[in-house]
Amino acid sequence: MKTDSRLEKVLASGELAVTSECGPPRGCRPEKVTEKAALLKDHVDGINVTDNQTAMVRMSSCTAGILIKQMGLDPIIQMVSRDRNRLAMQSEILGAYSFGINTMLCLSGDHAKFGDHPMAQGVFDIDSVQMIKMVQQMRDKSLFQGGAKIDGPPKMFIGAAANPFADPFELRVMRLAKKVKAGVDFIQTQCIFNLDKFEEWMKGVVDRGLDEQVHILAGITPMKSVGMARYMKNKVPGMDIPDDVIKRLEGVPKEQQPEEGIKMAVEAIERLKQVKGVHGFHIMAIEWEEKVPQIVEKAGLYPRPKV
Amino acid sequence: MITAEQKPIQEIIQYIAPYSKILLVGCNECVTVCAAGGRKEVGLLASALHLNHLKQGKNIDIREITLERQCDPEYVEELAPYIDGVDAVVSMACGCGVQTIAARFKKTPVFPAVNTRFMGASLSQGVWSERCKGCGDCVLGITGGICPVARCSKHLFNGPCGGTSNGQCEVSPDIDCAWRLIWERLKELGMESRYEELMEAKDWRPGGAGGPGTIIREDLA
Repeated sequence: MKTDSRLEKVLASGELAVTSECGPPRGCRPEKVTEKAALLKDHVDGINVTDNQTAMVRMSSCTAGILIKQMGLDPIIQMVSRDRNRLAMQSEILGAYSFGINTMLCLSGDHAKFGDHPMAQGVFDIDSVQMIKMVQQMRDKSLFQGGAKIDGPPKMFIGAAANPFADPFELRVMRLAKKVKAGVDFIQTQCIFNLDKFEEWMKGVVDRGLDEQVHILAGITPMKSVGMARYMKNKVPGMDIPDDVIKRLEGVPKEQQPEEGIKMAVEAIERLKQVKGVHGFHIMAIEWEEKVPQIVEKAGLYPRPKV
Repeated sequence: MITAEQKPIQEIIQYIAPYSKILLVGCNECVTVCAAGGRKEVGLLASALHLNHLKQGKNIDIREITLERQCDPEYVEELAPYIDGVDAVVSMACGCGVQTIAARFKKTPVFPAVNTRFMGASLSQGVWSERCKGCGDCVLGITGGICPVARCSKHLFNGPCGGTSNGQCEVSPDIDCAWRLIWERLKELGMESRYEELMEAKDWRPGGAGGPGTIIREDLA
């Protein structure tokens, strides 16, 4: 084991892993974090804590992660290169690990244009691939990015994102290969609605043997309504929502759409369980965390392994 | 070249409101090419300012002059005979020109009439686009001649982010994804394997992180 990460242990055991996420509040209300985390606690192996997602100011991912850690749960803190330079990232990682946080996700981050501070200067001192390499070097060589020795290195289990649906498609396996080369341990993918395309990407991943080097958690998002599906199709960058998904939701009365959305998520998990190289699921129920346990149970992923 | 755009006229009017004798200085270099502050624009701005003052029943005396290069003390010296006769200078050059004038003439206020935008190239008549950030350590040799620093909205060094849509940047459908362009170009050149080489974290010092840059050429100085 490289780390004490619960996620690493579950993945090493060969069981399918389950992670979910919790967006921190836009204010100083710690109970909003702990309430969301409590909804997920028995049904996941790790809880992602987003980092100013969609470039909106929120409680910092590290701080919210500490709140979750103090509940005895397993936060996966996300870190975007948009908001921090390499000094700030590394100091945050030292702080997080000092509180026992041992799993993180390295991301570029949505552009500030999408958020409530579009006038802000994006930092982008290093990119997500370089961030992976930095965290790996901190863990395995006890070295800061600048080359100096760390007194008490952070042992982080290192994650990153992959979007099999963004253009150019042919680059997407190569981009994953770069993250693997940089030292990533696990990948959480963009929400998968176009299962055929995801399977095509996974085939490319397996053909290159990347599935032997990195754990891939397939991203699952239940649709609450046909309105949400349309919004994601048209407004969210890098999202691939096939027309079938929209048609299926349109085909049921509004009050039954949430149930249908959950059914579709469970079906997706069942299908993707069969795909070689898929080692787990990352369930992103956006402002709908209370439905995660139900999805995990219906998909036959409950109880979670004790590791 | 350095591109610029004229400031809103009201902002320029506010700057010069306290003054009645203005030296309006254009530049024959980049701002002439991008039609922001050359001889022609000096003439147009002078007319606009005259008109505005006429409407307000005020007098203004504007002397127009366009220097060969406003960022060069040798040419800025040409302003010396006029400077004592004016209350203020309005420069239509980029920020480099404005500052060269300010450094030479300590007692006369100088105001910018343009906003300096970026180092760019001309795409077609009247269209300029950003191409260089002056990072001080050019990577074009490994990115197929397309700059990820200037042309990727997140200046990513190792490939496109997840926000690319139909080959365009998540920031705007009008911006090409730089990494899509790099990839297409590497393919055309048969250099696809170059994409998988990890680009290391950049040293930003030569591009400004090390403090304001200075170049000293001993052989010329």
